[in-house]
Amino acid sequence: MSTPEAEVSTQASEGSNLQISDEVVIKIRDMHKWYGAFHVLKNVNLEVNRGERIVICGPSGSGKSTLIRCINRLEEHQQGDIIVDNVELTNDLKNIDAIRREVGMVFQHFNLFPHLTVMENCALAPIWVKQVPRKEAEETAMKYLERVKIPEQADKFPGQLSGGQQQRVAIARSLCMNPRIMLFDEPTSALDPEMIKEVLDVMIELAKEGMTMLCVTHEMGFAKTVANRVIFMDGGEIIEENDPHEFFDNPQHERTKLFLSQILAH
Amino acid sequence: MSSAIEEGKTYEPGTYPDLPPPASTVGIIGWVRENLLSSTANIVLTILAAYLIWVVVPPSLNWLFFNAVFEGASRDECRAVMNEAGVKGACWAFIGHRFELFVYGFYPEAERWRVNVSFFLMLAALVPILYDKTPQRGRMMIGSAIAPFVIGWLLIGGLGLEPVPTDKFGGIMLTLVIGVTGIVGSLPLGIALALGRASHLPALRMVCVVFIEFIRGVPLITLLFVASTMLNYFLPPGTTFDLLLRVLIMVTLFASAYLAEVVRGGLQAIPKGQQEAADSMGLKYWQSMRLIILPQALKISIPGIVNTFIGLYKDSTLVIIIGMFDPIGVGRASLADTKWQGLSTEVYVFVAIFFFISCIAMARYSLYLEKKLHTGH
Repeated sequence: MSTPEAEVSTQASEGSNLQISDEVVIKIRDMHKWYGAFHVLKNVNLEVNRGERIVICGPSGSGKSTLIRCINRLEEHQQGDIIVDNVELTNDLKNIDAIRREVGMVFQHFNLFPHLTVMENCALAPIWVKQVPRKEAEETAMKYLERVKIPEQADKFPGQLSGGQQQRVAIARSLCMNPRIMLFDEPTSALDPEMIKEVLDVMIELAKEGMTMLCVTHEMGFAKTVANRVIFMDGGEIIEENDPHEFFDNPQHERTKLFLSQILAH
Repeated sequence: MSSAIEEGKTYEPGTYPDLPPPASTVGIIGWVRENLLSSTANIVLTILAAYLIWVVVPPSLNWLFFNAVFEGASRDECRAVMNEAGVKGACWAFIGHRFELFVYGFYPEAERWRVNVSFFLMLAALVPILYDKTPQRGRMMIGSAIAPFVIGWLLIGGLGLEPVPTDKFGGIMLTLVIGVTGIVGSLPLGIALALGRASHLPALRMVCVVFIEFIRGVPLITLLFVASTMLNYFLPPGTTFDLLLRVLIMVTLFASAYLAEVVRGGLQAIPKGQQEAADSMGLKYWQSMRLIILPQALKISIPGIVNTFIGLYKDSTLVIIIGMFDPIGVGRASLADTKWQGLSTEVYVFVAIFFFISCIAMARYSLYLEKKLHTGH
């Protein structure tokens, strides 16, 4: 059995061929966040254009998950601006709802709803948030379940599926809302090794279709294949950002070098 | 699956056949060995349990059924029959004579059909709520929502029916009125209190905490006394407020405080990721509660919720303290009859059997529900 890393890296450099538009979809300016007295994000500045595939990496506790969770307001920032799709994130619930309709999120632990079938998981938000008729929502759900290659599991409960299948359902569930931006929070970290590839394949597919993606991951093969930019965070700051080849072959910062040597050593 | 291996044959890796389990581990013999005689301690316990069953069950059955007297006009007649046979048993003739009193209390005889109709209406209203495969469930639910008002009208009267004052309510009917109203009323209130206590709004949270802790910190009997006497002091002079209604409110509030804590436990057991997933998809607070959080939290809470319901149902007997005639009250009143003196065992056993049947039904239903809602996670 070949490792997922090896499989993925054979497709390397495909990422650079994908179109990126000039339109800025996420703009983060001088953003700070504290957990109580702990300064978890420091002066973050980031602009994301439509169609970009950004991989965010860094040691644990560096604030990378917190950063992408701020983008759909699962975490609140205390200073600076976050503008998503021309809507500024404030305490205004209307803006938060508007942004959440446009931004899909995939979690490390899938967070599927265990009391609902796969189909119900997928059709729920379109029905209740977008008032799509049930039949239409289920057709859309089926379409995306086919895209992640598990239409036959539609009537099962999440607890009856493997980890990789669950994560693919979670991706399909997000796609059902037809988001313009997808956030991935360590989507493969909770998976058994043999299931990582099936999830990465779905994500690569998605990237090829031009989805704007921000992905917190340690899958460096994935970063090399599809990312057009890699961001390295440490201690709540963006330390370095570069295109994947420069990033891996020629890291600038000492901390980046150390991090890369640690994760690539084995 | 092949059932035997060939003697002396060696199998290639991956070709070894599946064999049936050894005979001593399956069937009746296997079950007895596994469950009754697996160790010395187990053998001793098995013998002790068998002895206990032998000591308790046959005499109980004799007293309850085989030696019991079901017909007769007085205690002396019962006794005569038993003396003739030289046995001891229950005198169920007493319960038979008083049966209507046990069921209807002092509800006027000519109007008792209304209690019967109400009872069947209640059963019909419960079907779509308790059984999710009811045909036309949605439409039936509308009926279930209307049923309490129809039942209230039937029992109390007015609007063309002879009015029956609530102090005539009694017996099993009173227990059902208090128990069912308490259960139906306290569940939504308890859920609301639990959500309030888990809320981010400090004022709302404070109100819910104070309410829950106050109600839980006071015995139900005290609340019933407050309902029967003190409430008049707080209300504007001249307002009359039906005693039964006050009891219903107090019992409902009391159970809702306990339910709130049970449901809060369920809410806390739901991983934070569920709420986050719901949020990230743009579901509003009430949508995520109704569709995602509560269905899971209530499922986990079923044993605790049913526990509270059973407690509430049995606590309805406390109304005897403020002069209402629940089945125990009816029984005690009946014992004052000189013809039937000294039959308190029969009365209390009868009441116990009634409560046991009601409560075991609730317990079994909760098990059925838990099994049905299990989705393999």
